[in-house]
Order: sequence, then structure tokens, then C-alpha cells
Amino acid sequence: MLSGRRIFADFKVFSRGYMRNKFGLFFGLIFPVILILIFGAIFSGGGSGTITMVVQNRDTGVNLGGQTFDVSTAYLDAINATGTLRVITISNSENFTEYLSRNSIENGLMIPPNFSENYVAQQPVNITVYTNPSGSTGGTVLGIVNAVNAHFNLEAFNGSAIIATTQRNVGSQENYIDFLVPGLIGFAILVNPMFSLVELSSSYKKNKLFKQLSLTPLSKMEWLIAKIFWYIVLSSLSFVLMVAVGILLFDANITLTVWLIPFLVLGPLLFASLGMLVGTVTKNPETAGVIGNIVTFPMMFLSGTFFPIAFMPEYLQTVAHVLPLFYVVEGLNNVMVYQNYTGALIDIAVVAVIAVVIFVLAVKLFKWRED
Amino acid sequence: MLPIEVTDLRKNYGALRAVDGISFTVKQGEVFGLLGPNGAGKTTTIEILEGLRERDGGDVKVLGLDPWKKGNVVHQKIGVIPQEFTFLEKTTPREAINYYAELFNTKVDADEILKDVLLEESAKTYFEDLSGGQKRKTGLALSLVNSPELLFLDEPTTGLDPNARRALWDVIRGLKAKGKTIILTTHYLDEAQQLSDRVAIMDHGRIVALGTTEEIIQKHGSGERLEIHGSEKLAEYIRANTELQVEYNNNRGEVVIPLKQKIDALAALAAAEQSGLDWGHIQTLQDSLDDVFIKLVSEPAGEQGDMPVEEGKKKKELF
Repeated sequence: MLSGRRIFADFKVFSRGYMRNKFGLFFGLIFPVILILIFGAIFSGGGSGTITMVVQNRDTGVNLGGQTFDVSTAYLDAINATGTLRVITISNSENFTEYLSRNSIENGLMIPPNFSENYVAQQPVNITVYTNPSGSTGGTVLGIVNAVNAHFNLEAFNGSAIIATTQRNVGSQENYIDFLVPGLIGFAILVNPMFSLVELSSSYKKNKLFKQLSLTPLSKMEWLIAKIFWYIVLSSLSFVLMVAVGILLFDANITLTVWLIPFLVLGPLLFASLGMLVGTVTKNPETAGVIGNIVTFPMMFLSGTFFPIAFMPEYLQTVAHVLPLFYVVEGLNNVMVYQNYTGALIDIAVVAVIAVVIFVLAVKLFKWRED
Repeated sequence: MLPIEVTDLRKNYGALRAVDGISFTVKQGEVFGLLGPNGAGKTTTIEILEGLRERDGGDVKVLGLDPWKKGNVVHQKIGVIPQEFTFLEKTTPREAINYYAELFNTKVDADEILKDVLLEESAKTYFEDLSGGQKRKTGLALSLVNSPELLFLDEPTTGLDPNARRALWDVIRGLKAKGKTIILTTHYLDEAQQLSDRVAIMDHGRIVALGTTEEIIQKHGSGERLEIHGSEKLAEYIRANTELQVEYNNNRGEVVIPLKQKIDALAALAAAEQSGLDWGHIQTLQDSLDDVFIKLVSEPAGEQGDMPVEEGKKKKELF
């Protein structure tokens, strides 16, 4: 029969040892937070995705009835407003082509002196776009400049823009950090219990600690449950830290509800049991480590932890659907980002079934004693 | 009821007979030593007694119970230090004792146990920082938590320095004085001789000698003999002029005369004096447990641990 007293005694001695191991604690708690900091900084900093274009504006404006019109400034503002190109204007005293090659600039735009004058007079005027044919951004630059030209041409000839586009996001104002927080929480739920239990179960077997524990009333199931409890605690602490960093530092827009609790409980149950299973069916710690990595790494990258699986080719998306972590991450996303609780319920059910099956297998196959 | 009764115990690993039909009993309060070279079957035997391995044949009763089928009951009543005891690295001996006490659902005075195993000064040191001897003492301390009547110590001092070994012997003697029954495996003869009331010498899965060390020496060793340093001529002279059986050891230049009775020594010495030949240093000798052990055990103790496969190879070569 299971004994709460024994589980608690084992939990106590194990967690105390864990806390005293500063290195383990660092990896367990701080490492996922560092990942959030790194990925958050990379993807949420301003300017990501914009292309810089250097402009020499020689336009002198046009004087109409005592009033000066500056069409080129409006034109450059329109380019800036696309959000894709960022305009940097340089002095007219520079030789433009020489400046571009001297500073290794890929994209340039020269506006001639008579730009405003011709525009107002509805005379053709030519602007020059410089792009690097071997560069990756030239096409985008040309496309945007042409689009802005078309817009200005239409206006000049009193055409009104009939087709307009408005860009909107789906879901809540989702951005990368919102997606990253649940992904990395899933990562922490996978990595900590999984790697620890692979290591523990194979090394305890090798150094005969299991044999020794088998001489006490502690049962193997009690031993595993105590470990699972500890990794639930650790994953929850990790969860709190990551959510705090995501919200406070990166302004993540995520929902926190009781719906998250099943994932924080079932996740460690599943992956601690899986780690135990790997440690049990392998002969020595070295093999266990290798098999552990083979099981863990694809799951780590293909389950939508660091990027949405929609970015992957179709066959990899199919693979993702057989990885248990996928359902944990999808569930966390359903709760935290999309508030899709029906979807989350399905994920919880899938995770629960896998977790129970693996837990039972791990306990059954795992041997205290030898025959 | 005897604490341990073993009848015709057998255990095979594939084709290898690791334990090949051994029988012995251990009495209440006795220290019983299982002595033998590596691979003799000591650990297999002791692990079967502890309920860690299943036997293939024969009968085993530990405190009247079958240790494999009634493991849980037996484990409540015995204490064990496995070979090369290890524990959780970042745990102190005191914490380890309290952990075991909770597992066994018993109240213990950790300090008293630490005192019993001479480990008071290291009560708060992490296991990983303890010396080899202190680690074994921690193991011994844990084996005492459930106040066992019966203790199994599997090579408790292997790999320890002489001082640590002696310290551990003191602990084991202290436990014996408290009336515990102890089964001890070792491949150190001095350890068996120092600690055990009775010894079983195992070799290739069989018991080749059983009894007190004196009994074993008497039964399996040669009796007392006289050695006289001298020439082969001297040996011939003594052989010719007495009734005695005389051998000559060329390597050492010793005349060797087994003594059936003490008076034989006198006759031998008188003959040596009469011969007019040179003779020097004299001594009487008797086989030690070492000598008997070497005689009984077919292969000298190797450096490897219990390795059934290697043992199997050796056997084939022998046949």
C-alpha cells in the first residue's frame, strides 16, 4: 500500500539534496528564464524586420503663390509609414554612389532637385533606386518604392484610391513573446523531470542505491511519486518565474487561469515517468543518456516550443502530433494565448492518458531487485 | 529457531554455478564469516539471504522466513550494508538516519546510532565529502535504524585503509557485544579471523571448509613442523639416524621435519648435533589460516570484483 509518510520522507530528502546542488538548481529554475530573456530580447526588440534605405534628397520644393510645397518629404514619410523600410537621409554634399559603396549600403534612393516642381506640374520625374542584385532585400525595396509611387501617381491625377488594405492580427494581439512563454514553460516541464529521471534511475541502478532502498519499506512507486511531486513543485516555480519575466520585461499578453494547473501536474508526471522508463530499460547510464537525448531532443524542437509548428513542413507537423510534449505546449497556448478551453480540454485528456500509460509502464518494468 | 538456515542452496547464472549446493546455519549472537576469493559466490549467497535475489534451488530460512517470498517482513528485521555502500550525495549521516527512521516508521535517537558507529564528528557532513571509512560507517548506521536482530555486512572494509578498517572492526565488535547476529563476507583472512566466531571458506560456489578458524587450521592445515637451517647432507643424516620423516627445501636451505609429538624435535636436534655438520637457525612452525586458505582455494584471489563470466572461463580452463 502507498504510504504518504514514506513518500513525504523521500520527497524531503530528495528535494533538500536538490536545493543544495546549486548547479542543478540553476539548470532547473534559472535556465528556462534565461532562455526567455534571450529569445524575448532577440524577437521583441524594435526594428526587427525593417530594411534600412539611405536617401539623398536633392529636392528643393516648389513655390506656388508664395507657399512652398515639399512633396519629397511627404513621399519619404509615406515610405517610412509602410513600416518595412526605414529611411535615413544623408547630406546633399556627398557623392551618393560613392557614399553607398564606401559604407557597404545595399539600398539607396536618390530624389532629384526638380521632384516637387515636376510633381506639382504633373510632369514626369525620375527617382533612382539603388539595390544590390545579390542582396536579399532589393526586391522588397523596389516593391515598396513602386507601391508608394503608384499611390502618389494616383493622387496626382486625382484618382482616388479605391482598394485599400488594413492589416489586423488574429486572436488577442498575439506577438512572439506571447507564444514564447507557453512554449518555454513546456520546455521546462519536459527537460527538468525527463533528464533528471533518466540520470537518477540509471545511476541509482548502477551504484546499487535502488538495491539498497529495496531493503527498506519504501516501494518503487512511492519513490517515483516523490520525484514527480518534486518536479511538479519545480515546474510550478519555474512557471511563476517565466510568467513574471514575460509579463514584466516583455509585456507578454497571456491569460493565467486554473486551467494551467492540469498541465503543471500532468506534464511532470508524464516526463518523469518517461525518464524513469528510459533509465529502466537501458543497461547503463551512458546508454540511458543517449536514448534519453534521442527521445528528448526532437520533442524539444518539434513540439512548438521555440516556434509554431505551422512554420514546419507538413510531414514534420505530422511528427509533432505524435510527440507528447506537443499536446502540453498546444494546451498551454490554448489556455494562455487563445483562451480556447475546449481545445485545452482535449489536450489535457491526451496528456493524461499518455501520462498514466507511461507511469504504469515505468513502475511495472522498473526492478528494485534482480532475479 | 536459528537466525539462518541454509540447505543445499543453488544459484546459476546461465551455465555458471555461482552457488553450488551449500548448507550452513548461523546461531543467535554469532559472527559468521563467509570467506573466499572474488567470484567464489559470497555476494550471491548473501544477497539471496537478504531477499535481493531469487534462488534456483535448495532451502533458505532467515529468521524462519523465506527471504524472497517474505521480503517485506524480513527487511523489517534485518540490517544490511551492501558492497560499496553509497547514498545521496548532498545528505548528511544524521539526515540519512532520520530518513530511514521515517521509512521504517520508527523513532530513533540519531545521535546514539552515530555514537555506536563512531561517526559523531561527521554527523553534519554531506555524504559526498565523507572519507571511505565514514561512508561505510554511515551504511552501518543506516542498517541499525530498524534495530535489526540480524546484520548482513557484505565486504564492509574492502578498499579502506588499515586505520579505517580497524575502526570499523571496533564498531562491528561493539555490535556483537550488543548481541546482534552478524553475517560478514570478506576476502581478508585477518578480518575473518579477528571478527568471526565461525568461518565458511567458499570457492567456486561451494563451501570447502567450515568451523572456527582453529578447527579449520587443525583439520586442513599440516601440523607443527621443525625447520633447521642446513645442508642437504644434514637432512640425509637425520633421516638415516632417526625414525623421523625428513624433507629438504632446496630453495630456502631448510631441513623440514613434521612433528607428530613434541619430543620428535629433541631427537631431530640431537641427530643434527651428532652429525658434526653445520646447522644454524631453528624454528617450529604451524600453518596459519593463510596457508590453509591457499591450499583450499584453487585459484588465488584476483583483483576483479565478482564477475561470473570470468569465473566461468576459469572453470573451463580447469577442466
